[in-house]
Amino acid sequence: MTLPGSVTRRDLLMKLGLLFNGIVAAILAVPIVRYIMSPVAHARKGQYDSWLSLGDLGQFPTGQTRLAIYRNPVVNPWDGDTADIPCWVRNVDGQQFQVFAINCAHLGCPVRWFPQSSLFMCPCHGGVYYQDGSRASGPPERGLFQYHHKVENGELLIKAGEVPTPGSASNLTSITSGLPRCV
Amino acid sequence: MRLMETIGKWLDDRLQVGATLRETAEHPVPRETASWFYVFGSAAFVVFMLQIVTGIMLALIYVPSAGEAWNSLQTLNHSVTLGWFIRALHGWGSEFMVAMVLIHMVQVFLFGAYKYPRELTWMVGVLLLLVTLGMAFTGQVLRFDQDAYWGLGIGASIASRVPVMGPWAVNLMLGGPIIAGATLSRFFALHVFVIPGLLIAFVGVHLLMVIKLGINEWPMPGRVVRKATYLKEYHELTKKDGIPFVPTAVWKDLFFGGFILLSIAACALYFGPFGPSGRPDPTIIQTAPRPDFFFLWLYAVLSLLPPSMETPALLVGPVVALLALFLLPFIFGEGEKSWRRRPIAVLSILLVAVSLGTFTHLSGYTPWSPVMDAWSSTPIPPQYLRNRSALERQGALVFQLKQCHNCHALDNQGGKRGPALDSVAVLLTHDQLIRQVIQGGGNMPAYGKNLSPAETTALVAFLETLHPPGQPPARDVSRAAALAPDRGALSTPP
Repeated sequence: MTLPGSVTRRDLLMKLGLLFNGIVAAILAVPIVRYIMSPVAHARKGQYDSWLSLGDLGQFPTGQTRLAIYRNPVVNPWDGDTADIPCWVRNVDGQQFQVFAINCAHLGCPVRWFPQSSLFMCPCHGGVYYQDGSRASGPPERGLFQYHHKVENGELLIKAGEVPTPGSASNLTSITSGLPRCV
Repeated sequence: MRLMETIGKWLDDRLQVGATLRETAEHPVPRETASWFYVFGSAAFVVFMLQIVTGIMLALIYVPSAGEAWNSLQTLNHSVTLGWFIRALHGWGSEFMVAMVLIHMVQVFLFGAYKYPRELTWMVGVLLLLVTLGMAFTGQVLRFDQDAYWGLGIGASIASRVPVMGPWAVNLMLGGPIIAGATLSRFFALHVFVIPGLLIAFVGVHLLMVIKLGINEWPMPGRVVRKATYLKEYHELTKKDGIPFVPTAVWKDLFFGGFILLSIAACALYFGPFGPSGRPDPTIIQTAPRPDFFFLWLYAVLSLLPPSMETPALLVGPVVALLALFLLPFIFGEGEKSWRRRPIAVLSILLVAVSLGTFTHLSGYTPWSPVMDAWSSTPIPPQYLRNRSALERQGALVFQLKQCHNCHALDNQGGKRGPALDSVAVLLTHDQLIRQVIQGGGNMPAYGKNLSPAETTALVAFLETLHPPGQPPARDVSRAAALAPDRGALSTPP
């Protein structure tokens, strides 16, 4: 016979069983969440970006803007063509360079360079940029994304590895009014 | 026949579902609901069945790997017997499924079926719309071509705009730093396991409630829903004037479902499968990515929103729309069901339909985008070159070479990003033309750094010839006066 308000042995065992399963679930959740969040963790530790070569400086004539292609540093064997990332290299005066991401700063479509009018145009929603990457017209809120770069042993190196997007481009240089500056 | 009966009885003795099934099938429904208006929900379900079957067929060949997916689609299209037809059925099935879900939703809305006691049925229906659109988007990604690749880029750019969480969301969505193998694998998991699982669960709950609560009766003007009396009234209606769902009402569902399946097969046969378009190679930048039909309106909206409005609209818009849909049955849970007494409901549907239709139509000729090859492939109309001076013709050359034609149309040919220039000389004076070309403005880039004085002079000379015959070009009266040799010129007509 049970007194009102008292806990029977069966009730207690069932509650303990639920508690036991809750603890097991919490323990298992740790590796599952870490597995799912691993792309975020890698990005936060800055493990995606690295310096890589776009090749010999001779490929980029003075005063011109040329398409360059690099193999993304973080890559799987089954990535196929998708790991070959294009970018625009502008040789300003033989000394200074600008390296622009291919992705429009609006929604990421590939911008094309028109040397005749010295403009970058986007085929998706009509974004247009000047030759220095600053915004000319259309829906983009800012200029083209610009990679950090340096020249070493006659080669042009850029720091790249992550697709630039309007909200996650803090590791890239921003162009606002024609002159590059760091964010 | 006897053997069948024996087997059936043997099975039912163990399963014990026969009586429940029969009762469910023969449950009484209001007589007027045996209508051609009540067939769209079941048609969506039938198409979903087709999608499951054809989806499993495609999974027999498809390789969810960024390096191989495109090749496996080519194999399906060209090498596997009738692979193209199964792909076409699945692709057209997806278009029809979205269409059926939308039509069903409009019908349910106009017939007031979301009112008490079917609020939860409506809300699960909204979830079903979301997962159906989710299937359409993830399916478009699995067709791993150029459109899919850049579509993912657009998705990542939108996700990145979420405050604080944006960069996380991008990495989670892509499964890594770039659009690559991991991205396709996770969209495969979403399209094949996660979203279909949700879809089946939601369909189960949705159908259960339709059976438990009964099909919405035909709305009659003046028959008002009140929480206190509705259940009793509905029960009396089905008792007095009800008919068994099977077979009296179900035959229309069967015929319409079969007709829709045949239509899908006809479209598949006639139009064939969707793509794939070019290889998903990001280094091929000569591409103009476009989304599938049901997302075209969004493509147009994203082009037309002013830059400052874009992020708020992208992030707040969907939340507001979903809240409105979820709250609808709670705010308008009682009252008139008939569309004849709900003019605002009818107008809302018309407004949404006209808006979506207009945006979809606009996306067909993308007036917001420069025509990338107009400068090299669209000639200046000959009537604009006849009897022109050497300088003016030189200006026409500048117009082509500096890609003005990509954004400005002449005689309806060329880009529509900027205004057509057929009568620009009537609107702008010589000085205004020079200013506009050199400084830009009003969404036009400035060409000052990129045009020599000689090129500017020639271009403006050409632009000044662009006016309809009989309509003189604009001129600056004060300038004429200022440059006149004597002040008497003011009163002398030109």
